[in-house]
Amino acid sequence: MLEIVNLEKWFGGIKAVDNVNLRVNENEIHAIIGPNGAGKTTLISQVAGELKADSGQIRFRNEDITSLRPAQRARKGLARSFQITSVMLPMTLLENVSIAVQNRKGHSFRFWKSALDDNELIDEAIQALRMVGLDDRAHRIANEVSHGEHRQLEIAMAIAMEPELLLLDEPTAGMGPEESTDLIKILQRVKGQKTILLIEHDMDAVFSLADQISVLVYGRIIATGTKEEIRANPEVQQAYLGEG
Amino acid sequence: MKNYLPRSTSGIFYTGVVLVFALIPVFVSLSGQIFYLDIFSRIMVLGIAAMSLNLLIGYGGMISLGHAAFLGIGAYCVGIPVYYEIYNGWVHLVLAIVVCGIFALVTGAISLRTKGVYFIMITLAFAQMVYFTFVSLEEYGGDDGLVIELRSEFGTWLDLEDNMVLYYTIFGVLLVSLFVVNRLVQARFGRVILGSKYNERRMQSLGFDTYRYRLVCYVISGILCGIAGLFLGNFTSFISPEMMDWTRSGELIFMVILGGTGVLFGPIIGAGVFILLEVWLPQIITFINKLELGVELPHELWHLILGAILIAVVLFGRGGIHGLLTRRKRG
Ligand SMILES: Nc1ncnc2c1ncn2[C@@H]1O[C@H](COP(=O)(O)OP(=O)(O)OP(=O)(O)O)[C@@H](O)[C@H]1O
Ligand SMILES: [Mg+2]
Repeated sequence: MLEIVNLEKWFGGIKAVDNVNLRVNENEIHAIIGPNGAGKTTLISQVAGELKADSGQIRFRNEDITSLRPAQRARKGLARSFQITSVMLPMTLLENVSIAVQNRKGHSFRFWKSALDDNELIDEAIQALRMVGLDDRAHRIANEVSHGEHRQLEIAMAIAMEPELLLLDEPTAGMGPEESTDLIKILQRVKGQKTILLIEHDMDAVFSLADQISVLVYGRIIATGTKEEIRANPEVQQAYLGEG
Repeated sequence: MKNYLPRSTSGIFYTGVVLVFALIPVFVSLSGQIFYLDIFSRIMVLGIAAMSLNLLIGYGGMISLGHAAFLGIGAYCVGIPVYYEIYNGWVHLVLAIVVCGIFALVTGAISLRTKGVYFIMITLAFAQMVYFTFVSLEEYGGDDGLVIELRSEFGTWLDLEDNMVLYYTIFGVLLVSLFVVNRLVQARFGRVILGSKYNERRMQSLGFDTYRYRLVCYVISGILCGIAGLFLGNFTSFISPEMMDWTRSGELIFMVILGGTGVLFGPIIGAGVFILLEVWLPQIITFINKLELGVELPHELWHLILGAILIAVVLFGRGGIHGLLTRRKRG
């Protein structure tokens, strides 16, 4: 479904993404692990279109999307969540998620009917909020909820887009252990039905969720495989798993 | 229906404000203070203009310092046809909508490629271009402006030559504008505009081409301001490039901030307070001087006081007058 070919990204003299090749198959959870600063977020930003590719190609459903803008990619069915929460802070949780729903209901050049009591939007937004356990706080202002709730909102917005490919950048980062477990349960429920590119530090989460795992170190993928293969890989153990 | 009834203190206050506007002509005819019909016509016209600017600043986060250009263009869309003895108001209206719409589309398409202070500068630059264009148009009075001898004719049933009729026509346009803007900002379109103000990057990753939505918002805003300009021309009966001087654009921004950005009624309140201060402050100074307290206050002092009040509102009254009204009282 997603194919990354020889992708590169330079930041000044640093090669943040170094000749990355990666394939995500349909209905598969593909996890990317790697130490801090390995280039995981950079890679996801390139897939989502926020960062340009210096060279290489990104293909989605056999279509070259390398030169598309983020909004165009989103409309093609890519959704990302942000490692550092990025929402519309002065709006309520419900409004935030409604806007995410709005995107897949066609264009928003609709000037008359109120979106605030539009059940077509609200119902689905509430559903997404319920999935992450925020439905009882739907009318709270995003600015006034806890950090953990921000993280849940972040996921709810990505889910609400009902994307074909979900890019999750450390979804459990900053969550309490309980919220974290809940989120992993949610992802386990959709496992096998959704295509997800998942960046995650929590090894238990990764090993319980991922069908495929890629290990990124200094911008390079040093190994890709099933969890057994990754566990057994000596290079990975030395470069990454061993440290932790 | 119950959604339209005010529930909050500010809601009751704003309902009161609308009633005040509705009843001003009664007050004027009872008291004979005809002057105030003029003042309140001006408040409503500039209130509509500020409301259109609020769409950009308050809801869209696009701080334009060139909005008076639309006001001026709208006014010249009356002035120039009248100069050629075309008095049909519908022609003026269509002209104002089309010209302002095109001007907004072209300048918006360019300006919106920039952000922040660059956007401010480029909107200012476009407005100055319009300003100097009209200064150089000798045929239409250039610097000296143009007298509008007869007001727009919308038909025998609506005689704008009668100041009372003009007042209520503007009042009607004000109500319609309030209603339309209210729908707009609550509709899906408005949600996208507001969302882009708060977090443009996220809106893009949610699939919205924020540039396009903003451009449409810019055009709508320009057209609404042009319509305000049409009535400004009708009501002042004299128009000149001075109407689109950048200080006029600055005043519009002040009205928006004074009333409360991103609040439906904010610009009306802002325009009202701004203009009434402009009227009353000099009167107060004259009054104090008449008391002969030994010190003669310079008449121009009122500018200073107005400036100080505006600064105080910006500094201490976050959210403008609306903010003061809605702020929760703390223990
Ligand atoms: N916008 C930027 N400008 C310059 N350098 C950047 C930029 N973004 C990231 N980098 C650098 O690129 C490298 C990869 O960063 P990235 O954020 O992708 O790592 P990461 O794997 O997501 O790390 P973490 O686990 O901490 O989230 C780092 O060395 C970082 O300092
Ligand atoms: Mg990261």
